[in-house]
Amino acid sequence: MPIPHRPIPHRRFDALIIGAGGAGLNAALRLASADLRVAVVSKVFPTRSHTVAAQGGVNAALANVLPDDWHWHMFDTVKGSDYLGDQDAIEYMCREAIPTVYELEHAGVPFSRIDDGRIYQRAFGGQSQDFGGDQAARTCAAADRTGHAILHTLYQQNVRARTHFFDEYFAIDLIRDEEGVVLGALALEIETGETLVIEAKATLLATGGHGQVFRTTTNAFINTGDGMAMALRAGVPLMDMEFYQFHPTGVAGKGMLITEGARGEGGYLINGDGERFMERYAPRALDLASRDVVARSMVTEIREGRGCGPSKDHVMLRLDHLGADVVHHRLPGITDICRVFLGLDPAEQGIPVFPTAHYAMGGIPTDRYARVVAPARHGPEEVVPGLYAAGECACVSVHGANRLGGNSLLDILVFGRAAGTDILDYVAENPNHRPMREADIEPALTRLGRWDRTGEGESVAAVKADLRKLMEDHCGVFREDATMAEGVEKLKALRERVERVRLQDQSRIFNTARIEALELDNLVDVGMATLMSAYHRQESRGAHSRVDYPEREDEQWMKHSLYARDGDRMDYKPVRTKPLTVESFPPKARVY
Amino acid sequence: MQISIYRYHPEQDQKPRMQTYEVEEQPGMMLREALLAIKEQDETFAFRHSCGEGVCGSDGMNVNGTNKLACVTPVSELKRPIQVRPMPGRPVIRDLVVDMTQFYEQYRNVQPYLIRKEPLPEQEIRQSPEDREKLDGLYECIMCGACSTACPSFWWNPEKFHGPQALLASWRFLADSRDQATEERLDALEGPYKLFRCHTIMNCVEVCPKGLNPTRAIGKIKDLMLEKSI
Ligand SMILES: Cc1cc2nc3c(=O)[nH]c(=O)nc-3n(C[C@H](O)[C@H](O)[C@H](O)COP(=O)(O)OP(=O)(O)OC[C@H]3O[C@@H](n4cnc5c(N)ncnc54)[C@H](O)[C@@H]3O)c2cc1C
Ligand code: SF4
Ligand code: FES
Repeated sequence: MPIPHRPIPHRRFDALIIGAGGAGLNAALRLASADLRVAVVSKVFPTRSHTVAAQGGVNAALANVLPDDWHWHMFDTVKGSDYLGDQDAIEYMCREAIPTVYELEHAGVPFSRIDDGRIYQRAFGGQSQDFGGDQAARTCAAADRTGHAILHTLYQQNVRARTHFFDEYFAIDLIRDEEGVVLGALALEIETGETLVIEAKATLLATGGHGQVFRTTTNAFINTGDGMAMALRAGVPLMDMEFYQFHPTGVAGKGMLITEGARGEGGYLINGDGERFMERYAPRALDLASRDVVARSMVTEIREGRGCGPSKDHVMLRLDHLGADVVHHRLPGITDICRVFLGLDPAEQGIPVFPTAHYAMGGIPTDRYARVVAPARHGPEEVVPGLYAAGECACVSVHGANRLGGNSLLDILVFGRAAGTDILDYVAENPNHRPMREADIEPALTRLGRWDRTGEGESVAAVKADLRKLMEDHCGVFREDATMAEGVEKLKALRERVERVRLQDQSRIFNTARIEALELDNLVDVGMATLMSAYHRQESRGAHSRVDYPEREDEQWMKHSLYARDGDRMDYKPVRTKPLTVESFPPKARVY
Repeated sequence: MQISIYRYHPEQDQKPRMQTYEVEEQPGMMLREALLAIKEQDETFAFRHSCGEGVCGSDGMNVNGTNKLACVTPVSELKRPIQVRPMPGRPVIRDLVVDMTQFYEQYRNVQPYLIRKEPLPEQEIRQSPEDREKLDGLYECIMCGACSTACPSFWWNPEKFHGPQALLASWRFLADSRDQATEERLDALEGPYKLFRCHTIMNCVEVCPKGLNPTRAIGKIKDLMLEKSI
């Protein structure tokens, strides 16, 4: 049943936030506490956002357990990024980390504690004291349910601040006027199937990641890169999309995450010969080397025939030497996952693991105020008026080519808040809603209306399954020219196929098939951004490892990729190597 | 394997019906995966789900008469034929999707946030590991609604009785050594309904997929009230 043409209701707010994960909720809290009229749109009830799944913790140099300094945190993050991170943003994040975590604690997050009552901190990968010295313990944890604890607390504080929520509304596309100013978004109320235009003086994209573009992933069903695709369709390029993190310890064949905190608590990996193989790859940091390093080592072991199990297709994570007390007390969520999905107790048996698609380092380019920047008339860093992005969908860039564990929860909180702060100023300077014309809404309506076409056609599920397999086969842990070139061709063909997909269910009320169709459009767009960016980068850096170009090439490639949807074009911009107040960390060989 | 599912589509159906689907059982298959296989056969079938690992709380449903989370329920443990219905006592929007408005409303009613009156310290508010341990078994709630929608007292009085989930949340803050609003919280729970409609039927404890115990939390609130009134 095509949606009949009738006037679409409009609602007006000072600020519109699309996404109710940690990034969106922290921005909302800042704005609602300042008495701005703020609308938060989320396609699921806020506490169901995927921040809830984060396990291990959030980094801040509190020095509660071992000596620490924000400057060491900054060094580790720059090194972890394989020198592709922007050092001004990284300095800002590492400094802000400390007050941010205290603020969260004050808001009620039930952090685990050490004996003197301060916040418990555990060791995570890539952390060091004194610029590359001994292992640090920088990750503030609420057992292994830190994301749940943070997300629920932020939602609770938003209840207190009376933030206006549009729960189970699906954002379709941004609305921009002729001058390119963002005026809000078109949304679909899932329960009724009705459309709604939300007008806002400032709009924040906080829609999270896109792990669903890969077949095996730690990400939830809803992580479909919607905000990134919305940005692409609004003419904003995506930055550094080739850098997609494969987490070393996903449950083999299933994808559930086993937090790096498990290795932080003393767990280690073994191959089929029972050998602690990380001793060969990272003699100092061992199992707590950076994620890209550990993931590559695991795949190399398996490729060389030293995997575990009858098909030698995974390695084992061992925690049994830690004792039931540590395992069950510090890692209760992991214990549950192992019991439910593997039928084993990790305090007694090893856990079969394999690198699993986990996290997008790339995304919508922003500055450190979370303002979206895109090449326009005068260069690549021009602000898109009225548009902000924060969280996993954004690329500030603090993670560069490889994110450190515990730095994403930090990123979403720090830059969610930064977005809130800047929006306050922006709205004060731009106090009036700009006029919105019918024509400005048209492109978003056309995208929605496309799915009203009836008749015979392929199903969304079939095309989505092929896309996820394609991305896994052609854009995995190790990459090379021929497989990626083939992948690009296949993906272009798949994009054509989407045109011929038809929805059999044309109903309106809670039609999840329509939502999945709209998500498929988004997945194809972000998949193309990922594959194209990977294909064009002819070097190995961080999470992007090319068999045919095994070295990092700073001369030519220490620059950010920009993929534009229009004509699948690639462009590049320089890395910001100058921090705010301290000396720059020049690129060095990366050893752990 | 056969799965019989409650179907109701307000745009087409006068009343709900059960529809049976055939799904190929895989080793280690969870009910959510079986439902996804059904969704592939029949895209008109609607249910909520997301994380697939029991943390987002989206896929509460009634399976063979008991509320469960589909994603952590192995089909091998279910008696055949498997019967799947929406969680009881809530208006059905479509198929397994129920209207949870009232449930969320009751949560918001208990002031589910930390309240501090003293000025905040520059660093963290200290809390001993022992005091922190009192929050275990409380803060892990994922708001799936399995408990409240299994509670007869909540079925009869969803506007007046807070229900087990909201009361667990209430106790989570009362039990937090950092919270400074005990009096107000207890005062707000006075009266015959909000708290005292709990008749310790204990359905909530039986169904909670996180192994939490709302009945015990309710008991603790009652104890504290008594203590304060003396
Ligand atoms: C299993 C797992 C464990 C992790 N553990 C850690 C950890 O220990 N430490 C760490 O630092 N990081 C961790 N991460 C990474 C980190 O949790 C995520 O990167 C981060 O939570 C993302 O937050 P976000 O706010 O950007 O997005 P999300 O929390 O994903 O929220 C996205 C929001 O956008 C909404 N949305 C999306 N599309 C639309 C649309 N079209 N319309 C309306 N709403 C929409 C969703 O409903 C949701 O509310 C982990 C990630 C995973 C998957
Ligand atoms: S107490 Fe248990 S059953 Fe009730 S909402 Fe929370 S997690 Fe679900
Ligand atoms: S899908 Fe998230 S709890 Fe089941």
